[in-house]
Amino acid sequence: MSLVNFTTREITCKIVYYGPGRSGKTTNLHYIYGRVPDSRRGRMVSLATQTDRTLFFDFLPIDLGQISGFSTRFQLYTVPGQVYYNATRRLVLQGADGVVFVGDSQARQLDENLESLQNLQSNLLEHGVDIRTIPLVLQYNKQDLPRELILSPADLDDALNFRGVPSFSADALHGKGVFETLKGISELVLKKLAAGTAA
Amino acid sequence: MTSALNPKYSFDTFVVGAANRLAVTAGRTVAESPGAAYNPLFIYSGSGLGKTHLLMAVGHAAKKAAPKLNIEYLTLDEYVEAFHASVAAGQGDAFRRRFQNVDVLLVDDVQFLTNRKEMQSELLRLTEALQAAGRQIVLTSDCPPPDIADLDERLISRLSGGLVVDMGTPDYETRVAILRRKAEERGARFEPGVLETVARAEVGNVRELMGALNRLVAFQAVNDTSINAETVKQILGLGGGEGEGGAAPPGDGRAAAAAKSGGGDEFGEFLADVTVTVGKAVEAWRARVGEAVLRWEGEGYRTHRLEALLQRDAPAAVDDAIAAFAGDVERLKALEAEVADLDPQAAGQSVFRDPERLREAEEAAAKVRAGAAPPPGPSAAFPLAAFAVGPSNQVAVSAARAALERPGKKYNPLVLVGKSGLGKTHLLNAIGLELARGKRAVVACLSTQAFVDELIAAIDGNRVDWWRGRYRRATALLLDDIQLLAGKERTQEELFNLFNLLQDKDRQLVFTAPAHPNTLSGLEERIVSRLEGGLVAELKEPDRDVKRAVLERMLHQQGVNPEPALIDYLADRPTDSVRSLVGLLQRVVGAAAAQDGPLSAGLAREVLEGQSARDTRRSSGFRTSGLVVSSLGGIKSREKVVWDWIDVADRMIEEFR
Repeated sequence: MSLVNFTTREITCKIVYYGPGRSGKTTNLHYIYGRVPDSRRGRMVSLATQTDRTLFFDFLPIDLGQISGFSTRFQLYTVPGQVYYNATRRLVLQGADGVVFVGDSQARQLDENLESLQNLQSNLLEHGVDIRTIPLVLQYNKQDLPRELILSPADLDDALNFRGVPSFSADALHGKGVFETLKGISELVLKKLAAGTAA
Repeated sequence: MTSALNPKYSFDTFVVGAANRLAVTAGRTVAESPGAAYNPLFIYSGSGLGKTHLLMAVGHAAKKAAPKLNIEYLTLDEYVEAFHASVAAGQGDAFRRRFQNVDVLLVDDVQFLTNRKEMQSELLRLTEALQAAGRQIVLTSDCPPPDIADLDERLISRLSGGLVVDMGTPDYETRVAILRRKAEERGARFEPGVLETVARAEVGNVRELMGALNRLVAFQAVNDTSINAETVKQILGLGGGEGEGGAAPPGDGRAAAAAKSGGGDEFGEFLADVTVTVGKAVEAWRARVGEAVLRWEGEGYRTHRLEALLQRDAPAAVDDAIAAFAGDVERLKALEAEVADLDPQAAGQSVFRDPERLREAEEAAAKVRAGAAPPPGPSAAFPLAAFAVGPSNQVAVSAARAALERPGKKYNPLVLVGKSGLGKTHLLNAIGLELARGKRAVVACLSTQAFVDELIAAIDGNRVDWWRGRYRRATALLLDDIQLLAGKERTQEELFNLFNLLQDKDRQLVFTAPAHPNTLSGLEERIVSRLEGGLVAELKEPDRDVKRAVLERMLHQQGVNPEPALIDYLADRPTDSVRSLVGLLQRVVGAAAAQDGPLSAGLAREVLEGQSARDTRRSSGFRTSGLVVSSLGGIKSREKVVWDWIDVADRMIEEFR
């Protein structure tokens, strides 16, 4: 999928929210969905189990309208975080222009975060994508939880952000940091677009 | 009645963007040649997008192009009013006549034809009349003809028969451009980012944009403070979610709508952010192309191709195009450098400065390359230093030296005449070698036979021009054995032209001939007279000095330190040319080598005169066969005497037995 299509004058960005189970990926999308005017958003597709866990993936298309003569669309996806849905994750990751890694700030979830990050790396590699080249931001979610339960953004940076990508602390449930994260990843994706206009 | 054209509304003040480019182009075309193209021209767009401006701009431009044209601008309402007034005054025909004499009729807001049947038929009649007379009609409306409610079918088809173009809402860049221009017109200055912020609010039309700008100008004037990008949002109610009625235009503008949809400010900000980033990203290529244009233009290359790229909205593979351009320029540079080496004049050609003509440049370079193979030069085997000088060739050598001192100016042409083997060729090549030392010297030095053969090959290969070019570049032409031109008419013709050309440019010409040119047969008179026009210097039979010098040099070359008697003996031998002298020496040297003995006068005498050393001793001073034998030799008849009767005694005994 080409990011910029000069013939049809379209820009389409596929952004995938990745992370361990229950880290708040779908919550991010729900918050965004709630903030986008009706005219700009498509139907949010959410395939969830009865217990409200993402079974397949969530999909939220956003139409940003004409920007510099390009009709610009963002497609936001989440992957199922649970370990046994790896095939789905890999599928959703295909053709992603950028990845938001939603980490769980709870201290006891650190290993899950690490595991998921490694899983992201290997799944990207399956698609022939180097994690060092794809636009990636980290979101440390659930920063609203009591201090004693969570790690600080600085600690999480130390533990997870060894590539030094932009990181955002967030409270997706209440929307804190959600749009900051989206802006962060959009900027990276679009800047990459600028670098490779020849696409 | 009819409105005057507002002087502010001209093409110069019209900001052209992707959304209105077609309409503006059509408008310009119509203004340049009214009635010739797009008649009628029907322009439609939403309110406030520049219809009236464009319409008046057409009027101005048409007036400017042809001041005598009768140009009428009016809104449909004015037209209707005028019609009603004339009908009321019983002057309906006068009204029609008046409009039928208009050369360019500009009618604004024709959408108000709705529900005016009598006006529709009046306009239909007028349109037909004007079109038949080849007069231009330009109309504007807020919708295309078929969408004007209740419009006569015939009028629809009539109005749609020319060109129907629309003007869309300006994109972000155009909005910024409009704001900048308007701010400039108003003499207002804003901090960087202010106008961009205003433009980012996706207003529905330019008028709203002007409204926003006016508010800013007013705010700045009243408060006497300069506005920054943040305060703009507050003043205009953008992105702050406040959306006061007075600020953002109600119900219009998608950003405003977004901003109002309850707490959607986060999305609005996000959208603004993305817009800026996309704007930068998408337009970054323009900056890159512009940079490349500046760079290569600065170096003196034509950049049409890149400029054409800038004209387009969004060309694909910009970087590839720039890289390809750069590659072409590099190639041109290489070609030009190569050509400059071969032919400095050819390097100045404009093809080497235009990447669009790379192929031509390649061809030109190939041509130069082919023509640049230097003509045959002098042989290094004949240095001037090795030329033996004596009284017999003093004149020729002095002439040669004089010619070398001032090539092309003193003796031009220099013709060296003399019999075979006197060193003409040597002297010719020696002159050539000396001339070739000059900077940028191209010395053509060859035998006339080779010259003729080359021309024949060139004619055969259809490359006479190339051949000519090659010799015309020569800074000196030296031809050996000019007498061989006899009967070669074409070569004489070519030489004649070449001669004149080179002589005009003061380039040295040297020829050799066996005798004075006027005694040579088969040469055209014009050639002969030109050869005589310079200096004809004769080389005579070698004198003793010359011979000694030649001998000494040759023996030295062979690493022999000869005894003076040998040199004396050989120099005294009667030879009519250096070549025969060299022949004699060769015989002696050969004999010495065969006997593995030393080179001596005795050996030479023995070889050349058939005399053994012993006989020589005996013969000296003796009377034999009635002839006095000189020890120095030199008497030819002695060579005819058989001195040595081999085994004669044995044979006599045999016979007496």
